[in-house]
Amino acid sequence: MFDTKKVREDFPILSRKVNGQTLVYLDNAATSQKPIQVIDAISQYYKEYNANIHRGLHTLSEEATIAYEDVREKIAKFIGARETNSVIFTRNTTEAINLVAHSWGRHNILPGDQIVLSAMEHHSNLVPWQMLAKDRQANLAFIELTADGQLDMESAKKVIGSPRTKLVCINHMSNALGTINPVAEIAKLARSQGATVLIDAAQSVPHLPTSVQEIDCDFLAFSFHKMLGPTGVGVLWGKPELLEAMPPFLGGGDMISAVWRDRATYNELPWKFEAGTPNIADVIASGVAIDYLQNLGMENVRAHEIELTEYALKKFTTLNDVVIYGPPNAKDRGGVISFNFAQVHPHDLGQILNESGIAIRAGHHCCQPLMRDLNVSGTARASFYIYNTKEEVDLLMAALEEANKVMGHVAFR
Amino acid sequence: MSLSDDLYRETILDHYHHPRNQGVIEHPTVKVEGVNPLCGDEVTLYINVNNKTIDDVKIHGKGCSINTASGSIMSDLIKGKSVEEASKTIELFKSMMLTKGVEVEIPEELEDLECLQGVKKYPVRIKCALLPWNTLAEGLKTAETKAGQFVHFETNGDHELGRVVVNGG
Ligand SMILES: Cc1ncc(COP(=O)(O)O)c(C=O)c1O
Repeated sequence: MFDTKKVREDFPILSRKVNGQTLVYLDNAATSQKPIQVIDAISQYYKEYNANIHRGLHTLSEEATIAYEDVREKIAKFIGARETNSVIFTRNTTEAINLVAHSWGRHNILPGDQIVLSAMEHHSNLVPWQMLAKDRQANLAFIELTADGQLDMESAKKVIGSPRTKLVCINHMSNALGTINPVAEIAKLARSQGATVLIDAAQSVPHLPTSVQEIDCDFLAFSFHKMLGPTGVGVLWGKPELLEAMPPFLGGGDMISAVWRDRATYNELPWKFEAGTPNIADVIASGVAIDYLQNLGMENVRAHEIELTEYALKKFTTLNDVVIYGPPNAKDRGGVISFNFAQVHPHDLGQILNESGIAIRAGHHCCQPLMRDLNVSGTARASFYIYNTKEEVDLLMAALEEANKVMGHVAFR
Repeated sequence: MSLSDDLYRETILDHYHHPRNQGVIEHPTVKVEGVNPLCGDEVTLYINVNNKTIDDVKIHGKGCSINTASGSIMSDLIKGKSVEEASKTIELFKSMMLTKGVEVEIPEELEDLECLQGVKKYPVRIKCALLPWNTLAEGLKTAETKAGQFVHFETNGDHELGRVVVNGG
């Protein structure tokens, strides 16, 4: 296990004050904070070897190209991918999913085909499929949830079992409920129907050891800004044979091999899908984020979050009038606690907690259909990462007590 | 005084805990449902208009304290007023909430609006306070043109995002 105190020293932002109080950052499911090593890597690139990649013959360009491509290799290892060329850089998870919807979807989904999602998908893993389904006259079908916010596997078998199922798109860990989904099992079900499987790993790759081979999926998408890296870098991993067969997504420089006035041939993988100058500085800094996580060890990251989540769940049960969404056992969930408290509207809660320097998220968490199913307008959500502590959980509890006072309820025992 | 004491003044909390004119009207002149899809706040207004006067208003909503209090205060202020007076009050309230920097002068008979000035310090919450008023404006417009008995519209506070009119004429 790592020393959280030491980890905290690497995060300059954690010593800032908000409304006169030391920041307690519990909005990690939205985006994580960045260690100084990542921040420094960005300025080091601009100070020492800023150049465009894949084209210059000069030293700076060579250095930048090597640094950029090295990250691809690190990512492949980090997610257990066999081939480095199956890692494609995008802006974020959303763009990675849209890439698949356009490039794979528009060539493989036929009228009447079924695309299977779950009732807890982020809008990022829902709206692109709505658009595709409309475009291709295909249908969406949903795996329903159990009362404690897990995938209902009976429903999964039934829905995926339809002979029209062509694609199954599921999140590995829910940003709204914290639920960790049995994606390997889902992928197996899908495979037995000959369907393709995409995993939205935006919440899992940052928090759990994740292996594309163990899951046995076809595509996997995630974002670096949720895992200590900068904004503006996402990854699409895909099985090389699928990626090979897919047409390019965007056209332009870098993705071509040879160009004539009226036509072009395309570059090989992975560059076929990386048109234009990429986000070089932030990709390089993302490599440093991976180094940081690997130093801690993903098993340890997971253990730390289970410990914190268990502690927080226990503390929450001492509150009256609190509803916690998602699985009751910390081992079935990531470090995300979605809740409603004392009938205080989540926006009121978020604002009052902010006065104690505590940052939580309040709202629909980009999961409006799920909120509708839960019959709430939104929830408050505290989400943890490597630098969070039990003391911070205690501060959260104290601030909830304060919020309750401000709003004039008496909900504490 | 902490920031939250400032925002959650007594008047706001009073209206939040005991919202006025709650309920439904069976056959209203117009029923308007206003939704802010981004934060999930919802307000339904039932309005009876007779001889250009708002005879009765009922409100039914799901939202945060600011939204609920704003709607409650509004319903108190416009009940029994002429459509023209109500429209002026809407304009006044919107200018109070949307004018940056300066405090807008509020006439004595509308002093209940005063407590909502504090919301201006929290730009993300302004839309919560505005939703009932935008919904009312929509309702009065519809009642006047007899365009429909039921309107559903979506707004982010500044801009309309979508609308459905049922029984439109
Ligand atoms: C489960 C899940 N999927 C997708 C996304 C979208 O990620 P991004 O905004 O980086 O594209 C998020 C982030 O909020 C998420 O939590």
